[in-house]
Amino acid sequence: MTGRRYLFDFLLPALPAFALVLSGIGCARKSVTAAGPASAFGSAIVESSGGKQIGAAGSALPQPIVVQVNDDQNNAVTGAAVSFKGPAGVVFDPPNGITDSSGQFSAVVTLGGMAGRYQIVATTITKAQKPVTLKIEEIALDYQRRLGQILDDKYCSRCHNPESTPERVSNYDNLDVKPHPFTEGETLNKLSDADLTAIISHGGPALNKSPLMPPYGYTLSKTEIQGLIAYIRMVSDPPYHAPGMVYAQK
Amino acid sequence: MQSPNDTPASLWKRLFGEPIRAFGIVSALLLVLLAIAPAKNHFSEWRHYQNGYLRLIRTRGEAITLQRHFQPGIQQIWHPELGVTDRCTSCHVGLKEASLTDVSVQPYRKHPVIPHSIDQFGCVMCHRGQGAATTVEEAHSSTLAWEQPIAAARYIESGCGQCHRAGLESTPQLNQGRALLARYGCVQCHSIKLPDGGVMEATQDAPSLSHIADKTTREWIFAWLKDPQSYAASATMPNFKLKDEDIRDISAFLVANSTPIPEDTLPAFNQKAFDPTAGASLYGESFCASCHAVQNAAGNLVGGNVGPELTRIGNKAKPEWLRAWVRNPRVYDAKTEMPHYRFTDQQVATMEGFLLAKTDSNFLANVHLDPATPEQITHGKSLVMEYGCTSCHEIAGIKKLENFAPELTRIGSKSVSQLIFLPKMAHTLPDYIAGKIRQPRAFASGLKMPQYTFTMTQIDALTTALLAQNDRAQSVPPSLTMPAPPASHYRPAGKAGQIMSDLACFSCHAINGRGGDMAPDLTWEGSSVQRKWLEDFLRNPGTLRPALIRRMPKFNLSNEDIATLSDYIMTVYQDPDIDRDSMPESGYSATQVEQGRQLFYSKYACQSCHIVDVKSDKGYIGPTLTSVGSRLTGAWIYRWLKNPQALRPGTVEPNRNLNDDEARQLTAFLMMQKETVKKEARKQ
Repeated sequence: MTGRRYLFDFLLPALPAFALVLSGIGCARKSVTAAGPASAFGSAIVESSGGKQIGAAGSALPQPIVVQVNDDQNNAVTGAAVSFKGPAGVVFDPPNGITDSSGQFSAVVTLGGMAGRYQIVATTITKAQKPVTLKIEEIALDYQRRLGQILDDKYCSRCHNPESTPERVSNYDNLDVKPHPFTEGETLNKLSDADLTAIISHGGPALNKSPLMPPYGYTLSKTEIQGLIAYIRMVSDPPYHAPGMVYAQK
Repeated sequence: MQSPNDTPASLWKRLFGEPIRAFGIVSALLLVLLAIAPAKNHFSEWRHYQNGYLRLIRTRGEAITLQRHFQPGIQQIWHPELGVTDRCTSCHVGLKEASLTDVSVQPYRKHPVIPHSIDQFGCVMCHRGQGAATTVEEAHSSTLAWEQPIAAARYIESGCGQCHRAGLESTPQLNQGRALLARYGCVQCHSIKLPDGGVMEATQDAPSLSHIADKTTREWIFAWLKDPQSYAASATMPNFKLKDEDIRDISAFLVANSTPIPEDTLPAFNQKAFDPTAGASLYGESFCASCHAVQNAAGNLVGGNVGPELTRIGNKAKPEWLRAWVRNPRVYDAKTEMPHYRFTDQQVATMEGFLLAKTDSNFLANVHLDPATPEQITHGKSLVMEYGCTSCHEIAGIKKLENFAPELTRIGSKSVSQLIFLPKMAHTLPDYIAGKIRQPRAFASGLKMPQYTFTMTQIDALTTALLAQNDRAQSVPPSLTMPAPPASHYRPAGKAGQIMSDLACFSCHAINGRGGDMAPDLTWEGSSVQRKWLEDFLRNPGTLRPALIRRMPKFNLSNEDIATLSDYIMTVYQDPDIDRDSMPESGYSATQVEQGRQLFYSKYACQSCHIVDVKSDKGYIGPTLTSVGSRLTGAWIYRWLKNPQALRPGTVEPNRNLNDDEARQLTAFLMMQKETVKKEARKQ
């Protein structure tokens, strides 16, 4: 008994020092902006980059989310507090901090383990202590949809994605009949799964559309085409809602 | 307290009263005892979840179907040969119900679509956890009795890696992790044995240091060892966090230990002053950027990662060495992936001037080294042995150490109780592995593992690949594994083989399973192309795909070399299933050609990806076909049109399932697209 008390007596004064060392280690790993309280206030928070990303469920998104805090004159505010919140399972590194010299704050986001759309909320506090929020949407893919994404990247995006990258120049502008980007929900959501399967398998003419869209039914397997459709449904904007059960009077 | 004269009988009486009362108490006790087991069963977690499931499906449209599928009681998937005894489906009742897509509460969610059946492989194969447990806590979390809790979803591809030894298209993270293990030298120190008997091989050979003094200065070695990433952000070599005195001694040893190679340095040529524009265009024309990256003004790396980054090459290379290297790299390093370009003296001088100008005046500004003492050299040698430099680098006089670092063959099954965690760290194996990669030296003092600069994504990928190295991966029945294709050590024969290794063709092209994937596979190149085109292309490689950044460089080949290579390719790289004479090179009827044109432009709209007529066609996903009739053989085009993937697996062009007539008509149309025809047409 006495031995244990002796141990406590010895440890107690050391505890604060130990905690200080631990917090020091913690701070050193975080970005510099995370340190210190807010020294300025903005009136608006806007997205700089990192929204509408597509990543694997449970994994870190390829790019960090970057938000910017602005004042009434739309000038960037340095030193404003920003915090990120998301649904259960979403992890931010770091979850909160203050904006840097260009008024920006960024965090690496790891989405939850379930596939779907994740709404992330970035919040800053105004001078009047009122929260101002910004909603950012990110998409997590499961195995099947990720396969779809890989196939899209290999076969489809060269024509269906109008954006060019240094590695891959888009063929979109060279086509007389423009393909629909997969995010174009207004058009694609009206096509049933059977229609999409037909157009991917047999090409544009299957739905009386342009032959510029070639058939992939002899190149891709049924599973791969299902994966592609599942992926297209997931990234469409506005979101796609599967038709429910049909109840009809006999 | 009982008095000394109490008998056992009176004690009994005092406690329980009359015998009839005692009988009643004992009976009640017995009933309670008997009720424990059924009660435990009744109030069990899995029953609670099954009742919840029944309540959930009751109101759904397809309730009757779901109810019919539902089986009460503990469910089990048992595969002793896989070590799977999984009762997860007792609570996760709706896993296989396709209609439950809208259910987001656990444990009732439908399992995402995967290529395997849950019944065939169970759950713990991919998810880890304790399959036989029937409570939430025991099944998912780490307990004293079970070491492997459920793994986070971001490591899920480690499950695939247990059976799939080769990369799968749908497991990019696992593939990336394995590639990183091989590229960043992890497997040079840590051996990873594969279940088929081999070991994981490194894909990047670090340069030999036996002749390093020919190539660079001691000052550069010092600055590099202090922080390799300060010289090149993309450097593969990690930071060993050495003390300045130690770096001084290691650099002293490496320079003292270095022996010169005759002719790996050259005196300066008598050339006129270096022209920076000519240098930049020669660098561009030679497609150096296909393999080497340079940091641009915006700080982004531009170029490939086959060779080292060249942003500050002027700080590193000695001019006399660089000159000889550019002229023929094989003199200094016979195994290098760099081609022997056969540059003229003027070109060598231009390239040398261009590369030497790539310097950072601050890089070596603070490095001042006194001449080395013998003690420093001896100490340097002992440090080189201590840090296992020879695991990656060849250093004359020091042997490569076996088992220098712990073997990682079964790291994915390592018992958590054997691990030492950092404070605030989650006590799971994936967190431990990721932590070790992120900050290896934090775990104890005196550790030698160097500091890498991996991103979070790369660390996740490495952790995934390492988790796949576990006990189960070693014991899965061979009938269930998907082995990796055996490594190919193919070497072309004779004089042509010598030229091909001199030109390092395999750095970009693959033949018979060996080589890079930057450029087309040449295994059947002899069946594919016409000899005249091949010779012209080797002499002066034009491009077939204007949108590509990486292209075939010009090698200044002699006519003799071109003839030797063409002979070899046309004779040896022939697909035995393709008869070159089955389709002629010309002489197709006008009707056939016209029918082919109709098919090309109207029915199959090939112009969406290919250009035949530069005036009207714009597609450039596939190669330009303006003079395809002078490039490819008719037999190859015909076979390609019938099934592109049969000739080149994974090619993007879809298989159109053409019938023989259509394929023949299209071939006729394409074979009429001749180089000469175009030239004559232009003259008129």
